[in-house]
Amino acid sequence: MASFIANTPADVEEMLKTIGVSSVDELFADIKRSHAPKSFNIPPGKSEFEVTEHLARLAAKNAAGLVPFIGGGYYDHFIPAAVTALISRGEFSTAYTPYQPECSQGTLQALYEYQSAICTLTGMEAANASLYDGGTALYEAAMMAARLTGRHKIIMDGGVSPIYRKILKTYTGNLHYEFQETPVVHGQSDRAQILKLLDDKTAAVILQNPNFFGAIDDHADIVTKAHEQGALLIESVYPVSLGLLKTPGEMDVDIVTGEGQSLGLPLNFGGPYLGIIATRKKFIRAMPGRIVGQTVDKNGKRCFVNTLQAREQHIRREKATSNICTNVSLCAVQSLIYMSLLGKEGLKELAQLNLDKAEFTRQQIEKIPGVQVKRSSPTFNEFTVLLPKDASQVVEAMIAKGFAAGFPLGRYYPGMEKYMIVAVTEKRTKEEILRYVQCLKEVVCS
Amino acid sequence: MEVVDYNLYTKEHEWVNIEDGIATVGISDYAQEALGDITFVELPKAGDEVEQFEEFASVESVKAANDIFSPISGKVIEVNKNLDSDPGLINRSAYEKGWIAKIKISDPEETSNLMTAEEYLKFLESIG
Amino acid sequence: MQLIFEKSVAGKRGYRNPVSDVGHLAKVPGKYQRQQECGLPEVSELDVVRHFTLLSQQNFSVDTQFYPLGSCTMKYNPKMNERIAQMPAFAGLHPLLPQLKQGEKLTQGALEVLYEMEQLLCEITGMDNFTMQPLAGAHGELTGVMMMAAYHKAKGSKKKYIIIPDSAHGTNPATAAIAGYEIISVASDKNGVMSLEELKRKLTGEVAGLMITCPDTHGIFHSRIDEIARMVHAVDGIMYYDGANLNAALGRFRPGDVGFDVMHINLHKTFSTPHGGGGPGAGPVGVTKKLVPYLPVSRVIKRPDGTFALNYDYPESIGYIASFYGNFGIILRAYAYALLLGKDGLKETTDHAVLNANYLRERLKDRFELAFDRFCMHEAVFSASRQAVRGVHALDIAKFLIDEGIHPPTVYFPLTVKESIMIEPTESESKQTMDHFIDVMLKIDDLSQTQPEAVTNRPRSTPISRPDEVKAARDVNTNYFLNRRSYLVSRIS
Repeated sequence: MASFIANTPADVEEMLKTIGVSSVDELFADIKRSHAPKSFNIPPGKSEFEVTEHLARLAAKNAAGLVPFIGGGYYDHFIPAAVTALISRGEFSTAYTPYQPECSQGTLQALYEYQSAICTLTGMEAANASLYDGGTALYEAAMMAARLTGRHKIIMDGGVSPIYRKILKTYTGNLHYEFQETPVVHGQSDRAQILKLLDDKTAAVILQNPNFFGAIDDHADIVTKAHEQGALLIESVYPVSLGLLKTPGEMDVDIVTGEGQSLGLPLNFGGPYLGIIATRKKFIRAMPGRIVGQTVDKNGKRCFVNTLQAREQHIRREKATSNICTNVSLCAVQSLIYMSLLGKEGLKELAQLNLDKAEFTRQQIEKIPGVQVKRSSPTFNEFTVLLPKDASQVVEAMIAKGFAAGFPLGRYYPGMEKYMIVAVTEKRTKEEILRYVQCLKEVVCS
Repeated sequence: MEVVDYNLYTKEHEWVNIEDGIATVGISDYAQEALGDITFVELPKAGDEVEQFEEFASVESVKAANDIFSPISGKVIEVNKNLDSDPGLINRSAYEKGWIAKIKISDPEETSNLMTAEEYLKFLESIG
Repeated sequence: MQLIFEKSVAGKRGYRNPVSDVGHLAKVPGKYQRQQECGLPEVSELDVVRHFTLLSQQNFSVDTQFYPLGSCTMKYNPKMNERIAQMPAFAGLHPLLPQLKQGEKLTQGALEVLYEMEQLLCEITGMDNFTMQPLAGAHGELTGVMMMAAYHKAKGSKKKYIIIPDSAHGTNPATAAIAGYEIISVASDKNGVMSLEELKRKLTGEVAGLMITCPDTHGIFHSRIDEIARMVHAVDGIMYYDGANLNAALGRFRPGDVGFDVMHINLHKTFSTPHGGGGPGAGPVGVTKKLVPYLPVSRVIKRPDGTFALNYDYPESIGYIASFYGNFGIILRAYAYALLLGKDGLKETTDHAVLNANYLRERLKDRFELAFDRFCMHEAVFSASRQAVRGVHALDIAKFLIDEGIHPPTVYFPLTVKESIMIEPTESESKQTMDHFIDVMLKIDDLSQTQPEAVTNRPRSTPISRPDEVKAARDVNTNYFLNRRSYLVSRIS
């Protein structure tokens, strides 16, 4: 019905005449008759009203009303209205990759600012203009480390998101890398095991801060040991936590990756998200993806261009650093708008608010008989809880009471069926938290 | 475009100048012109063992990245560190200041696989 | 324009956090605390709104300009899609919910979108199954090639090569190389399509597969594609369809019908999701029966009772290639678009994309050298070789168009054509818009004959002109703070 075709029948007739054919079919002469679709059984088109109603009905089948205490790397933070308003501008959303710098300075300057913001947030020297998401960014970082060191062994701490680890395994399994995992002890990295595996064949050690259990750490000692072996240290981070936490730069980490969703992006049922990667300036040419650089134009005026493109697939083809063409420009700009609104003080405050709310929740949960909050390491806004019964059943029962109560660890950590991780963002009010704890008590003690 | 007669050349447009068993290696004036302004040179490391016609360095311009193949086998004994800060040296002085590496050659016989200046000029004409 | 960091004034705030209703209870232990101050700007909300509004106005976009960028398919992105993607019950949905016990019940609407989109794509392409997970076209390619490798591995065959035509996008060889294959390139024949004679010579039992875009980047449909498939299948190779140009095939041709085994689709090109200045995209991958066992997990299934679920139990699967179920927000937009257009609408987009491209080709071909003088599909490839002789190169033409308020076509790609100018008007544009573009192009040709200097030395109307890309690559400056250096020494007192 509405296919957004702008040509009138009269236009079509005139165009066909100009081309010298009597019908559009003639233009498809290269497609042999025998190649015509064997079937094309698509429903007829609908009006905008009907499509919108249909999708609204499907949306209503999702349980959107649950109060979330679930995180696992993806967090329910508040998004100021200005973020959505600005990123909805068609000049950002309907532009293409900035191949013509004169008519894409908007995107280019914003991406330069984004790269700079990520650098100051993480304490690193060079960031790219974004990758797909936190999981794929970690895989790209591992590949980058292998390229830089000429080695193929990768050590991964069990505290790294199990979702990321599964992705890494898929790629390393299919792409011929050796991959060794170390266990988690009391929710923390098993330093002894990491150091035992670390040798002069190791390309990289991969850690996460805060880790999947919520524990925060200072990895500087592991970094030093890795460097002694000529290996690189890759750390996956939760950007909002960096308002308070020691930065990867301060730990002398070599490559930082992260899921940027928490910086002003909706949860979107898994994407689009924002893959963050940053590194040392001396490694910039080994970093995959698009990079924007500052330069001057022919009149000496400051401007921005895609730079170091010779590393990329459209020039380097089979010798490219990665096969990636796009980044997630729009998501990067969205996160930049968010970071600009918050500013350095706002981000610090936000991180503190998350920390306080999580601490309050922990203290309340600890009062429930039979429930234990793990306190072996300091945490940020997510922490591990040991329940007296199967966590997945507790979470299921909590859904009926209107809460997404946490994420049961048994799914990814066999033997931890009674554990769950609980996330508390600035959006959870005291009232919600108290109600949550009351319901949890009812479920656990029933 | 210049082809100097005291060097030997490869089909990949590298030049080599051998004195006392030490080969100085670079890319030809033709190559630098084809690449345009060179923005980065990935140098080999002193101590690297290289094989004749194997990749041992690369050069980048804005629109291209090319591997450089060693014209001769041997051990890299020195690299042109000036290229780190000023890769444009190759554009300005392909045969002198823009040299890439010095190699202690392991097999002098290999020079028979290289072209003289005259042969290289003919080769350039043949590829248009 | 100033950078947002340069607009920073100490003490300004763009957003106020709520006051803690639980008090101040916790402190990060000193050892784990950040020491270096973060340099995010201190600006007001109005500062932020002005800054990004003004930045946006320095962009050309489909919403504001004709954007005939060849090979990129800059079609109109309906506003309906944006509103649907912002529905809170989609946008706010946590991806871990369906992984909870009985959690699928919480996301039935979202799972239905994924499932139904898979079904639509299967019918549109003739494939047997789709995964919606790949996060962009290139990611889809890698997924597809990994499945190809898994197929050969399961059969115990060791194959080393992937054949790729020389006109291919750079991603094809990059993907194949990352997946561990060596590349065999096959040249185009005089008609602009991959040479069958050369293919025959290069096709051996060691070839794992062939990756081809169809219609290709010359805008031409390979009329002997079925023969190619038979040849590749004869050596047990896998036929990979790069769906970058599927927008020229809807309702006219289905890859699954002529022997393709695996393909990806760039949803932004065929199904109108916004390009976003370079992403986010989505690159669903379709396969025929022989590759179905290797699809990544999770897979969305429909139960006999009509409900939807995620299934992870596929022992031969290549595994997890993405964190979740794909770029859901993008898939949702594409699904809405496909429902809106329906059978006739989809076919109509292809027909008009091809009609528009041929109209441009016909009107320009006397003045601009055609790379291949024949009907094209959705894009027409010219060469500015005649103008170049007069000192006006493809790049000059591109920059002149900017001054005329038109986004330049793709220049210098495909690599197989010298001074190439690749024009793709898309189905969204009207004859009137194209006529204006044609007038400007003819004016450029006139000027190239009479006054070439009026074309070169452009653009003049833009905020900047002809950036020094050599300087950008030599004096690398990609981080404001690194070049200020002060952040390295500033400490929290």
